[in-house]
Amino acid sequence: MSQIPTHINFRTNVKNVPPHMPVSVRKATSKFLGTRQAVVDVVGDERWQALRQAGHEIRLHSLTHMDHYLTRLEEKVRAAGGIVHWARDAAEAKQIVLELAKERGVKRAVKVKSMATEEIGLNHALQENGISVLETDLGEFIIQLAGVGPSHIIVPAVHLTKEGIAELFTQKLGVDAPPDPLKLCAIARTRLREEFLSADLGISGANFMVAETGTLVIVTNEGNGRMCTTLPPLHIAVVGIDKVVPDWESVNVLLKLLPRSATGQKMSAYTSFITGPRRSNEEGGPKEFHLVLLDNGRTRIMKDEVTRETLLCIRCGVCLNVCPVYNNVGGHAYGFAYSGPIGAMLSTQLLGMKTAADLPFASSLCGACAEFCPVKIPIPEILLRLRHRAVEGDQIERAAAPAVIQAGVKLGTLSFSLPWLYEFGTQMLKYIQAPLRKNGWLPNLPPPANRWTMARPLPAFGADFRAWFRKRKNERQR
Amino acid sequence: MTTKAQLFITCLGENFFSDTLKDMVRVLERLGVQCEMPEGQTCCGQPFFNSGFQSGALAPARQFIKVFGKTDGYIVAPSGSCVDFVRHHYRELFPEGTPEHARVKELVPRTFEFCEFLLNVLKMTDVGAVFPHKVTYHASCHLLRGLGLREEPKKLLRAVKGLELVPLNEEETCCGFGGVFSVVYPEVSKTMMETKLDNIQASGAEYIIAGDPGCLMNIAGGLRKVGSPIRALHLISVLAAQ
Ligand code: SF4
Repeated sequence: MSQIPTHINFRTNVKNVPPHMPVSVRKATSKFLGTRQAVVDVVGDERWQALRQAGHEIRLHSLTHMDHYLTRLEEKVRAAGGIVHWARDAAEAKQIVLELAKERGVKRAVKVKSMATEEIGLNHALQENGISVLETDLGEFIIQLAGVGPSHIIVPAVHLTKEGIAELFTQKLGVDAPPDPLKLCAIARTRLREEFLSADLGISGANFMVAETGTLVIVTNEGNGRMCTTLPPLHIAVVGIDKVVPDWESVNVLLKLLPRSATGQKMSAYTSFITGPRRSNEEGGPKEFHLVLLDNGRTRIMKDEVTRETLLCIRCGVCLNVCPVYNNVGGHAYGFAYSGPIGAMLSTQLLGMKTAADLPFASSLCGACAEFCPVKIPIPEILLRLRHRAVEGDQIERAAAPAVIQAGVKLGTLSFSLPWLYEFGTQMLKYIQAPLRKNGWLPNLPPPANRWTMARPLPAFGADFRAWFRKRKNERQR
Repeated sequence: MTTKAQLFITCLGENFFSDTLKDMVRVLERLGVQCEMPEGQTCCGQPFFNSGFQSGALAPARQFIKVFGKTDGYIVAPSGSCVDFVRHHYRELFPEGTPEHARVKELVPRTFEFCEFLLNVLKMTDVGAVFPHKVTYHASCHLLRGLGLREEPKKLLRAVKGLELVPLNEEETCCGFGGVFSVVYPEVSKTMMETKLDNIQASGAEYIIAGDPGCLMNIAGGLRKVGSPIRALHLISVLAAQ
């Protein structure tokens, strides 16, 4: 995603979803879910549930003591020779990175997949300032060529087929690309190698930041993370402040949960631990290491006791994989870097209701996400709270829904405390519906009820139970 | 002492599932339970709460508390979703310090969804039903994840004489109803429903059974639209068949 959206219309976005897309998405998500189940079964349900509980507690503790651990982290990063910057918002973060790059005359940057930099639209800012940026994660590389944002938080090009990717490579790279994953990979690799060696800036995010030692933990499956963070002379990491954890014991638990939930791996192919820049006696590694700690609304999210649990997220993506809505619409419908249930929670809070009030409603509240989430985030509860914020407003934000509608609904609900009126209503409906009724069904209703009948008919209204029950009771008493 | 069930008929139940409600009375009475229908009941308030109008949910919820608070015995509903809402959200709507709180604390532990009531309160699995048909079961989300009833409804089905329960692929995937979701994003709701219908049709069953009126409205409507001979039926109606 190159730019930060100002308004997200989920329904319109859904209408623009290409028809083949849900098929590609489901193919990938069901594969991930299958491998996940297999490794979770090996752990055993009881132990897995205990791990999830531990993960939840660790993340909650990290968040509620975030100030303490961030201070600790800063000290340790400094002690290791790194430089820490604090960015209040996206603009500040981009400014910091740009200045660092400009001061050192950076021309070419290579990037490890990072959601935080997607969130702030960093690539766009660098390119506008004449710095070329190359995404080196294969999926990110592909969507960068396609000029679109990620459609899944861990598999950004999940919406594309191998044929689509081959076509893209042929067009954009001017090579003859067959629809063969291995060959496509080889093409990307050749291209990437050159860049790794010539880049003068490596940009990354991090999966966790360990306060105890000032270490960044980065998991990847392609090794590109290591190249980006060791070959160029300058490494800048942009990381959300929510990613801090106290110590290595915490990492131990979280690394058991993350790859298993994400890709169904016991461990990712590469797990890198980065503590500061190259030491004087070391041969490899960047000369300079900068850590940009990004707030961008996170402190504000912390103010609501329920919705703040959104920040427990370790970005595993399993909530997307199990989400029936996500599986039917893909990631782009959510209009921002984060999609699926985590997107519905996080984008809404990062961007605010004026932009993203559609998103908390983009869920049937089926709860599958919460059942799978490795850190036990009560996702449906958070979405309900956000719906309330969108409609009626709360201490965080004023409502996006007009006051007239709010007043109207309130008035309408009064009939629910007037039983005679309610019962009268159920009987009236039976008469009102008569002209539209066909064989016990209502196939076509006028707006707004056509939003139901456009998909399937409504059973005819037929309240007669109360009368039946009363009659029966009277007869028995006689 | 006879067991008493105060029937909470729910708004969807009342308007669209009269037969299921009558069947509920038949099954319970057959098992020796005395049924009552508290007068003045309306809706639990969930539709408003889930639409974001939490203050709008207060009036119906207060009415529920007023009506059922006066009753004794168990409160039984033919819907996992409504029971889930009463059980898990009333305390949030009426926190400590509100006049309704004490009543809520008293009501919640005696409010049950129908399957729970049979299995956990009456300790009954075989209710003497006969239903010589091939059926499959859709796990309604709030019944499954809200109330944690994964195997219970199928246990009841398996005990029905003559009934053959065949598996449903993606049994636990949402059918696309989702209450307000179905009308806010009808296109998405529709594709989710179609996926569910495909699985139902592939199961080879004559009946699709579920335990929540919302899902049944959605699935039954979908089957009707595609002209499928498969019928959607509430679990209660299967248990009432003899
Ligand atoms: S919300 Fe939970 S399931 Fe979703 S990405 Fe975050 S950690 Fe994973």
